[in-house]
Amino acid sequence: MPDTRPDATAPSGSPLLALEGVTVRFGGIMALSEVGLDVGPGRVLGVIGPNGAGKTTLFNVACGFQRPDEGTITWKGERLDRLRPHDLAGLGIARTLQGLGLFERMTVLDNVTVGADRHGRAGFWSGLLALPRSAREEAALRERAMAALEELGIAHTAPRYPASLPYAVRKKVALARALVAEPELVLLDEPASGLSGEEMDELAGLVRGLTSRMAVMLVEHHMDLVMTVCDDIAVLDFGRLIARGSPDVVREDPAVVAAYLGDDVGQEA
Amino acid sequence: MQQLTTTLLTGLTLGAVFSAFALALVMIWRSTRIVNFAQAPMAMVTTYVALVLIDAGASYWVGFVAALLSGFVLGAVIERVVVRHVEGKAELNAVILTLGLFIVLHAAAALVFGSRFRSFPAPFGVRGLTVGDSTIPLTGFGIFTLVSVLVVMGLLVALFRGTDIGLRMRAAAFGPEVARLLGVKVGRMLTLGWALASVVGSLSGLLIAGGGLVHPGYMDSVVVYGFVAAVLGGLESPGGAVVGGLSLGLTLSVVSGYVGSEVVPLAALLVLVVVLLVRPGGLFSTVHERRV
Repeated sequence: MPDTRPDATAPSGSPLLALEGVTVRFGGIMALSEVGLDVGPGRVLGVIGPNGAGKTTLFNVACGFQRPDEGTITWKGERLDRLRPHDLAGLGIARTLQGLGLFERMTVLDNVTVGADRHGRAGFWSGLLALPRSAREEAALRERAMAALEELGIAHTAPRYPASLPYAVRKKVALARALVAEPELVLLDEPASGLSGEEMDELAGLVRGLTSRMAVMLVEHHMDLVMTVCDDIAVLDFGRLIARGSPDVVREDPAVVAAYLGDDVGQEA
Repeated sequence: MQQLTTTLLTGLTLGAVFSAFALALVMIWRSTRIVNFAQAPMAMVTTYVALVLIDAGASYWVGFVAALLSGFVLGAVIERVVVRHVEGKAELNAVILTLGLFIVLHAAAALVFGSRFRSFPAPFGVRGLTVGDSTIPLTGFGIFTLVSVLVVMGLLVALFRGTDIGLRMRAAAFGPEVARLLGVKVGRMLTLGWALASVVGSLSGLLIAGGGLVHPGYMDSVVVYGFVAAVLGGLESPGGAVVGGLSLGLTLSVVSGYVGSEVVPLAALLVLVVVLLVRPGGLFSTVHERRV
């Protein structure tokens, strides 16, 4: 369905990532039922819903970990029917994980450099044989990784190992590793979990700052954060999309209030 | 004094070969959580490749390079075609598979190359160097052994620590799912890991064979020593494999020189048992818990 909204809130009319009629079943359980949503350039889409509503499954579909039983995923208008996780970075999509997934036995700088890899143009064999061309590119990758750490204010942690850092800093390392690839869309899986109020304010500012360069899609329990940073909110309940719209619209939506906010106000992860 | 020097130098040379073999085991264990029991017959096959070329009139060095290259190809093919199916599955599947490969390669080598003993040349003298009027027990080939193992280790460290492809290989080994998300082609990295490990194994095969006899089972005893060396080093740590190999070589050489060569295999097993009892994670392991 082409998006022909006349209002030009999004820098470009057509969505980057669009899901249509996505259905995922685990045995007899409907994890996602005909879910359709999209995110356009420079937009922040929040996906909320009670535990077990299908948020993580939705993310897994969007990044190729989970193949939908029905429905289509399109990226810039092209269908991604056989999306594999390692294709994602090349397309310009990055994802952070709830568990962070940092490489514990590699330094912070090495962790982030792996993420910068999409920009390495040196081939497999020239890399293996350590040809001068690839040596230059490796230096460039490291510089890029260092710049990503600097942007998040954690450049001083570059030579350290993740295990020696506080949780909030580890989260920033994981974020730097996703951002260093300069994706067009970044998927953030519960970015606020485990953060203090102050750290969360900083995160909100950071996410808004990203919109000049990329689109953001995030799954989050923390309602304050979602309401502050998102342009659009999609509400899932038992695998169905029950509401979709701006924070104000969603907050007033009777279905949302009944299914989610009504019962669980204040019950934050 | 003379005997001690002899014992230590012999031990060091032997230890260098064990180190190379242990390193091959460790590289595969780190990347795919598989103990490659087929490492010895893989190295045997590639040594035969060199031997066939040398017997056909090629120089030792042509055979040497051909063995390492065929090691690279053999490792890659085995990973891609055979081992890929058991990666990430129950450990026992991989154990059975590599043991099966052991038998298959053995039998295939006997069919193709014959099972008789054949002599394998050494590029340098295998007699002790003469200094003044006394002979020190360090042979030209011994020096070559030490140097080649050191060079290969240096190259591997440079690859893993200093290059982007090494970084990707480490990422693929430590966290395959996350590495995939970051765009690393994990399968290709695992194939490369097996190929490189197989090159290192091939080197140990050539070094054991040099100046001696080759037959389809000539590497089999090295499995035991290489495995002990790898466990000694913690099975996780390449540096540990090197130190484990050298210390095992020295220990066994001392046992052989002062107790008797017939108890050497026994001593190796004793070392293994003691290490597993006292420090089950190996001397250099950073892992404190291990799933049984």
